[in-house]
Amino acid sequence: MSSREEQAVLRNEPNVTAETVAEHGLSEAEYRIILNLLGREPNLTELGIFSVMWSEHCSYKSSKIWLKTLPTEAAWVICGPGENAGVVDIGEGLAAIFKMESHNHPSFIEPYQGAATGVGGILRDVFTMGARPIANLNALRFGAPEDAKTRHLVAGVVAGIGGYGNCVGVPTVGGEVNFHAAYNGNILVNAMTVGLAEADKIFYSAAAGIGNPVVYVGSKTGRDGIHGATMASAEFDDDSEEKRPTVQVGDPFTEKLLIEACLELMATDAIVAIQDMGAAGLTCSSVEMADKGGVGIDLDIDAVPQREDGMTPYEVMLSESQERMLMVLRPGSEGTARAIFEKWQLDFAIVGRITETGRFTGRLDGEVVFDIPVRPLVEESPEYDRPWTAVEAPAELAPITAPMPHLEALQTLLGCPDLASRRWIWEQYDHMVMADTARRPGGDAALVRIHGSGRGLAIATDCTPRYCRAEPRRGGAQAVAEVWRNLTATGARPLAITDCLNFGNPERPEIMGQFVGCIQGMGEACAALDFPVVSGNVSLYNETNGQAILPTPAIGGIGLLDDLRRAADLALAAADEVLILIGGDDDGAGGHLGQSLYLRELLGREDGPPPAVDLAAERQNGDFVRGLIADGTVRTCHDLADGGLLVAAAEMALAGGIGAALDGPEGAGWWFGEDQGRYLLAAPPAVGEDILARAKAEGIAASAIGRTGGDALTLNGGAPISLATLRQAHEGWLPAYMSGP
Amino acid sequence: MKTSVIVFPGSNCDRDVKVALEQSTGGPVDMVWHGDSELPAADLIVLPGGFSYGDYLRCGAMAAHSPVMREVVARAEDGVPVLGICNGFQMLVETGLVPGALLPNAGLKFVCRDVHLRVETSQSLFTNGYESGQVLRIPVAHHDGQYFADGDTLERLQDGGQIAFRYTAGETPGPANPNGSTDDIAGVYNDRKTVLGLMPHPERAADPQHGGNDGRALFDGLVTALS
Repeated sequence: MSSREEQAVLRNEPNVTAETVAEHGLSEAEYRIILNLLGREPNLTELGIFSVMWSEHCSYKSSKIWLKTLPTEAAWVICGPGENAGVVDIGEGLAAIFKMESHNHPSFIEPYQGAATGVGGILRDVFTMGARPIANLNALRFGAPEDAKTRHLVAGVVAGIGGYGNCVGVPTVGGEVNFHAAYNGNILVNAMTVGLAEADKIFYSAAAGIGNPVVYVGSKTGRDGIHGATMASAEFDDDSEEKRPTVQVGDPFTEKLLIEACLELMATDAIVAIQDMGAAGLTCSSVEMADKGGVGIDLDIDAVPQREDGMTPYEVMLSESQERMLMVLRPGSEGTARAIFEKWQLDFAIVGRITETGRFTGRLDGEVVFDIPVRPLVEESPEYDRPWTAVEAPAELAPITAPMPHLEALQTLLGCPDLASRRWIWEQYDHMVMADTARRPGGDAALVRIHGSGRGLAIATDCTPRYCRAEPRRGGAQAVAEVWRNLTATGARPLAITDCLNFGNPERPEIMGQFVGCIQGMGEACAALDFPVVSGNVSLYNETNGQAILPTPAIGGIGLLDDLRRAADLALAAADEVLILIGGDDDGAGGHLGQSLYLRELLGREDGPPPAVDLAAERQNGDFVRGLIADGTVRTCHDLADGGLLVAAAEMALAGGIGAALDGPEGAGWWFGEDQGRYLLAAPPAVGEDILARAKAEGIAASAIGRTGGDALTLNGGAPISLATLRQAHEGWLPAYMSGP
Repeated sequence: MKTSVIVFPGSNCDRDVKVALEQSTGGPVDMVWHGDSELPAADLIVLPGGFSYGDYLRCGAMAAHSPVMREVVARAEDGVPVLGICNGFQMLVETGLVPGALLPNAGLKFVCRDVHLRVETSQSLFTNGYESGQVLRIPVAHHDGQYFADGDTLERLQDGGQIAFRYTAGETPGPANPNGSTDDIAGVYNDRKTVLGLMPHPERAADPQHGGNDGRALFDGLVTALS
């Protein structure tokens, strides 16, 4: 197409009307700000740029004022929220760079590509900063198993995560999966990547150097994903599946080449600033780089590598084609950079210059097609203090009667959708590539060796959405505390978290109340546990026809192990060891069943308050357990969570292939209560005595509750249940479900 | 001992096999970029795992037609030992250096888990560190690892002692044969037993802190045979 015809296309772009404004998801008030800011009407491309920059997804307009309240600092934090990912110092000259991000809306519409591109996007966030990605995890929430779409969504999401991660050669080492009817219309796909970099070679996104070249590398720009950020900022309705064309298509092979090429270039001094093109593509990456550097960017749209003919500036600027990066280079280094990208057979194009105008401008055939001041585009984006109503505290749970013997209940729980083995999933992920996976999936936290050393990173994701719905503040605190506990149970020192905050429509005060409560609880836990937030992402409008998901602030945390050989494992290691419960009430008679899996799976109830989160006890118990692991006293440890004590003991027995005889009170609360801040340890009897004495000296609740051995579990000397029976229940559910119609 | 690992765009086990080779050989390993015009002199050439060229066509098919492979084939024909692991095995069948074909797994899903392998013979460059009949625990990670060969070829392989490893029962969960391979075949030799292709990853089992140590003897055995 000639440039003359191109101009004609431009002139044929529809005028901006009240309808076009509404179609772009902008309110009348927001449009008035745009008119003021430009001093004129925007053209369609400019309107598109504003709409994506001011979408909830990119601007955090409903969440910003609350996110600011979260603790983000610690001595070991190198870079907190605001960059592509968070950076923490892990010693020996290295930094861990990590983040978790949602790809919920696209994954519901097209599960394979939605999940695959979610993995691709989070990988780019991490290697953009100079890190080689070393581990992927994912936190997934699906609808009820009996919902007609669930099986198809599970199969597609898992295949998509595997298809992308396996090909790029980054191991997928862990994560979590929940099923609940509240996700029938909105699944959650939250992907996390952890990378390693030299601590003094971190790359940031602030553009600098007037006249410096702005370079585009990676895949060509196509028409895919236009308005993905806007879609991710709206509720679904019955026609949402028609939005399939806005889902991007992933190419993990190109991503692999892009990782290698970027890391190769990063070993030189060519790069001034670098940013991946994620949501809102070329627009968001250019604007963020310019804003952070306090400069302008002038783009030559004709120079952007394009996959299709006749793309308009609107389409080029809003495309969310995958596997693309934007960087500012030092003048004179273009040749070096071009040679590296050509070696990896990737597009390389100088598409603009840094300017002193402070404006974001684009030209087509020399003619300016958009011209927007950068600072106001970012700083004057709307920010809402949305009204919220506190969630009413649930009534206390009346005493319950156990509907069946405890070991039968255990068998049911181990095979229930939320506790059944995830082997069917993680066997589809290459969890061993890079040859540093020190612990296979299925434990409390993934363990990945820091390449070439004896140190390791522990990584875990967690959230208990049913707690968050019942009492958001407690749920938010619990999610952070549980990640901290999972890391601690391996012996790792927890360092920092990334959060992926998935909620419904923030314009509804009750949803905003869930959000506010969860943030408050998270903030309290982060502060009490010295476990700051260093990166994150917010996904709102997870609703379909007015039905919101459970509030789901997924937390991903990392911790450091100085000596992997000392890492604790949950698998029982030997017979005739004593099992010791750390934490909880000394008398052990209680046990908190409100919002427990026992209540839901055996009695069909989701009521009562969630368990209390005593952050001081959490920290004290955790520090005690970590000390026992660090000094070599304890090698076998598991944290207590969903399903309580008996489920934890059974998981340890199944993992080790060794049974146990347990003793305790008769009530279901003791066996299945989900009281927080607890661990189960196994140790030889003499060591056990020592542990109990040390706990007593430190004022920590600890009691011997059983002994390992045999190939079955028994309670209080009653009839046993064989590990084979439990294993069948635990391993059988997911494969059987997935092979269904 | 001089070893070359060929790196294709999309290879992703190149570093892993390099680490395992360095551990056994004690020396440096040449990483040869697929576009390099010269293939250095080598006592052993390794084709690593991964997704060469994205494997958007049949796995290994693009790599088999890359210029560097012409040189690899020529060296193999001269008797230089070649080890192809996973994607490397797929390349070997695509070039015809070893017989047979690798089809999508019978379950049509990617599978990453430990399997048990029976060493069919210890009489090879690659397996002299094992006993015949020894059972190894080594991980697989692939989507297209179902070995297939016609009846005549299988008979020839069997008679010529060209079957290197077979999947066999062990304590790991799931079926012994993870992908539906004909006759449980996990790895095969060429007729001179100088070329080995196998789907399992011995380089992922050469470190007790990672996937176990049962693969280590394969690399150690190569050093014994070739030094």
